[in-house]
Amino acid sequence: MRQTRSKNIGIIIYILLLLTPVYWLLNMSFKTNREILGGLTFWPKNFTLDNYVVIFTDPSWYNGYLNSMAYVSINVVITLLVALPAAYAFSRYKFAGDKHLFFWLLSNRMAPPAVFLLPFFQLYSSIGLFDTYIAVALAHCLFNVPLAVWILEGFMKGVPREYDEMAYIDGYSFPKFFIKVFLPMIRSGIGVTAFFAFMFSWVELLLARTLTSVDAQPIGAIMTRTIGASGIDWGLLAAAGVLTIIPGVLVIWFVRNHVAKGFALGRV
Amino acid sequence: MNKISDNRAWWLVLPVFLLVAFSALIPLMTVVNYSVQDIFGPGQAFFVGTEWFKSILADQRLQDSLIRQFVFSGFVLLIQIPLGIGVALMMPKSGIKGSLCLILIAIPLLIPWNVVGTIWQIFARGDIGLFGWGINQLGIDYNYTGDTLDAWLTVLLMDVWHWTPLVALLCYSGLRAIPEAFYQAAEIDRASKWAVFRYIQLPRLKSVLIIAVLLRFMDSFMIYIEPFVLTGGGPGSSTTFLSQTLTTMAIGQFDLGRAAAFSLIYFLIVLLISWLFFTAITQADKEK
Amino acid sequence: MAEIQLKSLAHSYSDSPTGPDDYAIRQLDHVWHKGGAYALLGPSGCGKSTMLNIISGLIQPSEGEVLFDGKRVNELSPRDRNIAQVFQFPVIYDSMTVYENLAFPLKNNKVPADRIKTRVQEIAEVLEIEDKLHKKAKNLTADEKQKVSMGRGLVREDVSAILFDEPLTVIDPQLKWKLRRKLKQIHEQFDITMVYVTHDQLEASTFADKIAVMYGGQVVQFGTPTELFEAPNHTFVGYFIGSPGMNLVEVERCAGGVCFDSTVVPLEPWQADLLERMTSTNVKIGIRPEFIEVSAISSDDTYESEVLDVEDLGTYKIVTVRLANQEMKVRQNEEFEADLGSQIHLSFPKQWLMLYVDEFLIQEQQR
Repeated sequence: MRQTRSKNIGIIIYILLLLTPVYWLLNMSFKTNREILGGLTFWPKNFTLDNYVVIFTDPSWYNGYLNSMAYVSINVVITLLVALPAAYAFSRYKFAGDKHLFFWLLSNRMAPPAVFLLPFFQLYSSIGLFDTYIAVALAHCLFNVPLAVWILEGFMKGVPREYDEMAYIDGYSFPKFFIKVFLPMIRSGIGVTAFFAFMFSWVELLLARTLTSVDAQPIGAIMTRTIGASGIDWGLLAAAGVLTIIPGVLVIWFVRNHVAKGFALGRV
Repeated sequence: MNKISDNRAWWLVLPVFLLVAFSALIPLMTVVNYSVQDIFGPGQAFFVGTEWFKSILADQRLQDSLIRQFVFSGFVLLIQIPLGIGVALMMPKSGIKGSLCLILIAIPLLIPWNVVGTIWQIFARGDIGLFGWGINQLGIDYNYTGDTLDAWLTVLLMDVWHWTPLVALLCYSGLRAIPEAFYQAAEIDRASKWAVFRYIQLPRLKSVLIIAVLLRFMDSFMIYIEPFVLTGGGPGSSTTFLSQTLTTMAIGQFDLGRAAAFSLIYFLIVLLISWLFFTAITQADKEK
Repeated sequence: MAEIQLKSLAHSYSDSPTGPDDYAIRQLDHVWHKGGAYALLGPSGCGKSTMLNIISGLIQPSEGEVLFDGKRVNELSPRDRNIAQVFQFPVIYDSMTVYENLAFPLKNNKVPADRIKTRVQEIAEVLEIEDKLHKKAKNLTADEKQKVSMGRGLVREDVSAILFDEPLTVIDPQLKWKLRRKLKQIHEQFDITMVYVTHDQLEASTFADKIAVMYGGQVVQFGTPTELFEAPNHTFVGYFIGSPGMNLVEVERCAGGVCFDSTVVPLEPWQADLLERMTSTNVKIGIRPEFIEVSAISSDDTYESEVLDVEDLGTYKIVTVRLANQEMKVRQNEEFEADLGSQIHLSFPKQWLMLYVDEFLIQEQQR
């Protein structure tokens, strides 16, 4: 009993420490710039929503969020569409070069984005995709698709092959079996994979910033604009930061029961 | 599970193959192309062989940032892996408390990396940040924008804050997979807390720990945005890691040949080390 | 070693039990004496594993007390109760070798190294795994794993008791018999209190000196295998022990004894006497198939019945008969012959005719 209590205290302290920087960000987002620079306050004295109002009314701000959402969604859809059949192949069949292919895929998850920066820039410029959602979405597939294949393969391995065979005996065609029988069985795996694709695309900025200029600029890049002539507008920056945290928290709530398994890439 | 041999499975893999090939092979070829040529403008390129590689390997900037990178990644692993295991051991096993813990702990992972930088940029400042202010209040002179060591420690602390949750969640999922019967047997065998950890929990965490080490090594080795926002690589170049050195070279100075050679060396290092980890994982999978 | 006493024990897995059905164990009093070899017998879900886990301390009982040598141990963890338990499915520490597995409980108890060595060797020889001692435990077969699992329970010398929770479920039938003999030997050799949970009566009676039969969260009888057979204390014991089980017939009170349909079965005077004083209408008579006598000719105390089926089981035959509207089983030796549909005459020897009121046996000393 005493042990559980000391454990609880430990985890509570850890979570409090973890949330302190976030609390500080939230605190600042409700302050005016004058109050921030005027001195340290643990709670906003002049509580204001002005910073949020600016973001929600200025198109150059809220478009940043919409842009980020757009390429992230496209990326998640593409990732799942291509990764599902591939993961099925890896989990069920042996084929020429399968191991090498798998490692090669993974090696792309390991590639430093900085390495691809310049070639990507040139590639997408030359095919006229520069500054579009699809460019960023495709670029993010570089690390999301291998990860998705890996996670999904882990989940699919957990489904006995007898199900596949039974479906064939019952006269299902492959596509029908795959969509009607197989996919519902790995629902949670798909949810977790979508979550991870969302997460990594949402948090990445280096590629997203390099491949866009105006029309598809992500919120992260827009945030650097708060450095104006009069110095940094800290309150606005903090508010913009707070708004980037919310989507992730909402999404994780839906997959909370499977997320632990997902973090282990389906391998526990 | 015994897999069936069937080369038609390639049809299922083809979309992934094409997509990744498009996103990876073409750019990689471009990089290789640059790394062996000197380009002055359209149509004015000269084959220079391994010259860029020789030059970059002798480059002090690369060597320095490579050393910084290894030291940084080393510390990241040294701190985050034990800390993550510790946090996972403390997390409630199930129920609403468990879910809540999971979500709260995952929050840093869901924050865009530049925002992570921004949060710490604010949080660690001596004038407007709680952390910087607090440290100064304790009578310790702390200024991450001016002092090399402070900057370095702040970047490390930020990374620990940002990524320890990943290790913790991985280990948590590993711990959850241990059947209750093992704990019961250990209790009956009068195993100490330490013996339970050493002989039951740790061996069963092996495979998730390999994944954790792999991911943390890779991602810390590619770290860019967070220190860039926090310190800009400074003061001096004390927190300039490999990715930033490379980006400065490629985009800032447009030094294409050397940047390309740099890229390839960088990539090869990551690949080599990751391959070692990957082999370890598949080995662990087999043993199961 | 200790005497283990359970005092008005009750346990429910639900936090707020609403009725008796929510209890896995109900109002149970029981004593396991020092140094005995006991079996805890009952069907699945009767609460026997729960009882075992309460004794070892893996489960905290909702009500009642667990006493070791008269001392309350409810609050003590399994570690502090110093008890060994072997689980139904093998639990082995797969990162260790067989030797390390067996040495693990001893190491935790700070037994000197040379003693560990001889003790592990001893147990390994008894279990016939001494040639596997330096193998990694995870590469063993299921049988061997369970042996290691049992070995970890047996290796400690100072335990209060060793509890076995259906330890032979995953073992081959051949080996099962051997291992059971082994356990018995170990018991005789070391004289440790052992409680052996099983749902197999044969397993229970070969291992144990005394068997506790559990039913519906209660111990309904605690006795030697012979006692359980000859005088089942509860209709469930009658039905559960023996193959086939006891013939049980619902009866009503009537002149001269009890009757079902139009058949009157006379009772002993003391039985009739006791029955008189009870009000319950739940009255049954029971007689084991082994004790029913068959004769070809009718007499005053025989009942005419029709042969429905004769099943030849090699060394004996089980005859199914119909007496009035009741089916009964009768055990006969191999020479018994009867045509289906023919009439035979049964008699129920007085000393084997049991009377049950509210499912419990009416015994002479109750008077």
